[in-house]
Amino acid sequence: MADTTQDTLKRTALYDLHVEYGGKLVEFAGYEMPVQFPAGVKDEHLWTRANAGLFDVSHMGPCFLTLASGVRKDPAAHEEIAALVETLVPSDIRGLKPGQARLTVLLNAEGGILDDLIITRPYEEDHQGELYIVVNGAMKEQDWGIFGTALAGRAQLTRADGRVLFALQGPKAEKVLSAYFPDCAGLKFMESRLMLLEGARCIVSRCGYTGEDGFEVLIPADAGAALVRLLLDDPCVRPIGLGARDSLRLEAGLCLYGHDLSPEISPVEADLTWVIQKHRREAANFPGAARILGEIKGGPARRRVGIRPLERAPAREGTEIFYGDKVIGVVTSGGFGPSVDSPVAMGYIDTAHAAPGTKIDLMVRGKARPAEIADLPFVPARYKR
Amino acid sequence: MTTYYTKDHEWIRVEGDTGTVGITTYAAGQLGDVVYVELPEPGSKFARGDDFAVVESVKAASDVYAPVSGSVVEVNAGLADAPETVNEAAEEGAWFVRVKLADSAELSGLMDKAAYTAFCEGL
Repeated sequence: MADTTQDTLKRTALYDLHVEYGGKLVEFAGYEMPVQFPAGVKDEHLWTRANAGLFDVSHMGPCFLTLASGVRKDPAAHEEIAALVETLVPSDIRGLKPGQARLTVLLNAEGGILDDLIITRPYEEDHQGELYIVVNGAMKEQDWGIFGTALAGRAQLTRADGRVLFALQGPKAEKVLSAYFPDCAGLKFMESRLMLLEGARCIVSRCGYTGEDGFEVLIPADAGAALVRLLLDDPCVRPIGLGARDSLRLEAGLCLYGHDLSPEISPVEADLTWVIQKHRREAANFPGAARILGEIKGGPARRRVGIRPLERAPAREGTEIFYGDKVIGVVTSGGFGPSVDSPVAMGYIDTAHAAPGTKIDLMVRGKARPAEIADLPFVPARYKR
Repeated sequence: MTTYYTKDHEWIRVEGDTGTVGITTYAAGQLGDVVYVELPEPGSKFARGDDFAVVESVKAASDVYAPVSGSVVEVNAGLADAPETVNEAAEEGAWFVRVKLADSAELSGLMDKAAYTAFCEGL
């Protein structure tokens, strides 16, 4: 049977490198992406926590949202673009400091999550009135449509997903990256700067999706492919596939949209109330505020928790969770955590039974397997604060 | 003793009317790092093609199918503590079960080593 995948799947600018390094390519978010390299998921995962793992995340949705009137050297311009975006997200965007990044969520009218995303205010004084936003690859067309419709005529969206976006994560990431971006060592967690690499304009942010210290870099495609090649030559660096990306973020207790987050789930249920800064709760000026504030006040019906199977069988997404003979929840992300040498999972549990330490059963292949509710993360974060 | 292979990458080493069953090195390579193996209870009965075991890698679970009909007389308890043996020694130490064959005529439907090797090359 003819293989039609190559006609329909997109490729990032690093595709040739993935092939050269022996990546096992699968479909993800409409792209051909490496799920692992010859080292394998477990080794790639452990390498990242010990050294520096390099991830191609160019399939994601980086973009710029700019005032229709353009950028200017005026903090009031930031106020204007932030006020526009705050009609769609419940976080404090106006209060972002220059060069500060923040995790937030796009909400629907019912207070459910349409995507999770990171919004960054440019550091550069003369570049105010613009926001650098990264959304999930699988949701980028939806999200950009939402921005376009809501902000038509008042802000312009420029997609940047033709560039390279890569992540370098792990304790050696700073040492490796500072050979190319010396100023990156001065960034703290969730800080971002425009940096030049031989004339190429790059956005370097100290953030990631592994729980480790590390950076994400947006860089023009050709310069990006050349830089990633050099980084992979460093003995501290290995290429890491999507399989290990998933096991790393699961150990770190981080949500994956479409699994742990969805339009039915509110930020309160998802244990993301912290993305809604106090004055925005008080102003109640975001979509779905009634439901969200009701849940903050009275507690949500269900909550996202960590789940630790007590035996060796992993429990995957969709596994029913029992308390006695009552179904009290479901697993939304599950697998094996190489750094804790144990199965790990996250899911939603009826609030009445959601306390860490609660003993539960997971129905895996028709048999009840013992587990307990666990605090997140499974592996402590090592952000440079 | 003769070893036979299936298109689903199981092997069975037969001596008289008992067989030792596992998955091939090729299958273990495709699965990646094995973190858990779920085996049936001794005494369980299977028809050829039934899923009788599950192998879990970091990323996903995969069913393992019975190459022949039979009943389980022994399971490899060592795999519970050392699932990674499947990646290290798939066709020797990492056997899954020993079975009593219900019908040795079923073996004629399986491949020998040469045929299985050729089959894998064509994949």
